[in-house]
Amino acid sequence: MDYFLVLLLAGLGVTLVGGGLIASRLFAPRNPGGVKNEAYECGEETIGSSWVHFNVGYYLFALIFLIFDVEAAFLFPWAVVFRDLGGVAFLEVGIFILVLIVGLIYAWRKGVLEWV
Amino acid sequence: MDMLDFFPSSILQAADTSWQTVTIAQRASSAFRDHDLSGTIGYLLLGLLFTAGLLTVLGLVLIYAERKLAGHFQCRLGPMRVGWHGILQSAADGLKLLLKEDIVPENADKLLHLGAPVLSLMATVLTLAILPLSPTLQVVDLNIGVIYVTAVTSLGVLAILIAGWSSNNKWSLLGAMRAGAQIISYELSATLSLLVMVLLSGSLQLSEIIQSQSDGWWIWKSHLVGVIAFVTFLISTTAELNRTPFDLPEGESELTGGFHTEYSGLRFAFFFLAEFVNMFVASALIVTLFFGGWMPFYIGGWDGFNSIMGLIPPGIWFAGKSAFFIFLLMWFRWTFPRLRIDQLMSLEWKILLPVGFINIFLAALIVLFEWHF
Repeated sequence: MDYFLVLLLAGLGVTLVGGGLIASRLFAPRNPGGVKNEAYECGEETIGSSWVHFNVGYYLFALIFLIFDVEAAFLFPWAVVFRDLGGVAFLEVGIFILVLIVGLIYAWRKGVLEWV
Repeated sequence: MDMLDFFPSSILQAADTSWQTVTIAQRASSAFRDHDLSGTIGYLLLGLLFTAGLLTVLGLVLIYAERKLAGHFQCRLGPMRVGWHGILQSAADGLKLLLKEDIVPENADKLLHLGAPVLSLMATVLTLAILPLSPTLQVVDLNIGVIYVTAVTSLGVLAILIAGWSSNNKWSLLGAMRAGAQIISYELSATLSLLVMVLLSGSLQLSEIIQSQSDGWWIWKSHLVGVIAFVTFLISTTAELNRTPFDLPEGESELTGGFHTEYSGLRFAFFFLAEFVNMFVASALIVTLFFGGWMPFYIGGWDGFNSIMGLIPPGIWFAGKSAFFIFLLMWFRWTFPRLRIDQLMSLEWKILLPVGFINIFLAALIVLFEWHF
């Protein structure tokens, strides 16, 4: 029942926006066309599309993020049962995290974490 | 004075808590087991209506509070015209946004442009529903609550990225890219802080995390570990909420409006609503994890004081504590100047992340040797 309600709540989110937009369509004026529908560029005429090759300067951050986020996903179950597992679990996870921290230090020394 | 003397074990007796969590979802499933179909549907509808109502009320109240506080911080009065001291201002604004034309740029990806506010509000609704507002006032109590929260809140990033990309506007794209980098970075240290609290309380379920604080809130009980986790969590949620001093994705003075530049009318209103309600979600999480959720404030041995504190209903405690942290977030906005993007990235990757890792080790040690109270 819990997850069924979660599903219903997701539906609620969609319905709220959908209902709101339908109401707005009924009440709001609609007069599209002309420069109003161009993408806003501070009053100038829009130059080209923005769907261009975009240098995502942070893709290396994204890579490191991925590693640490997956690591966090591994750590959650460990954290829940840690009380019962005791010292061995502490050592094992300690080694696991240390390996990742070495990775972070490596990225740091390589200058990946510098924003240029 | 030794820490242990300062927090006497009588704290344990002071909080005689017999609170049993009963969620709306549990009521629905017990009605379902009794083959009570109308009861089941009734409770499910109650859950949905409660969440929708909470969303609306929070939106109206928080937007009013933000504007009023902003006014007073700047020695202005804030909204004063609509209703008594402008109390109906945000309702009037909502109505105005409803009546405004819904402009979609002609080069935009229409479907994704519509999908982004839907996703944004959906993420907010989903997190709002699992917050334990009081023992009897919780819509769903998932046993994987903490993981669920991290998972669902990252849908919000997706909404921002989609909004920025689909608008086909340079400002939107730049804002969305900044937001993406910022939010995923700070999500790491937020997750690490959550992990510390899971370690200490030994549960992922939000109601159980609160129950584990019946003998004292984690912020007192866990020595320094809880305080460090709290501070990192506060900083990183402020960043995840895109609030000043981390409001680079929206920075009005540099990016016009960031990812929502091309949104008008109700679509903009939904982004705005989601953002403000997320502020409550973040404060409520802080309260739940570190400040005992709906638990009253007890001081060990002060029986008279404790009995007075116990008279205040848990829901009021939760609301009051959350209101304090919402106030703190609004206060930040008028106190700290905006960070530069390189400062932002190095704060996370060079300070908060290493601190978070050290903190996890400390927390594990504390749990291992049972040093916490």
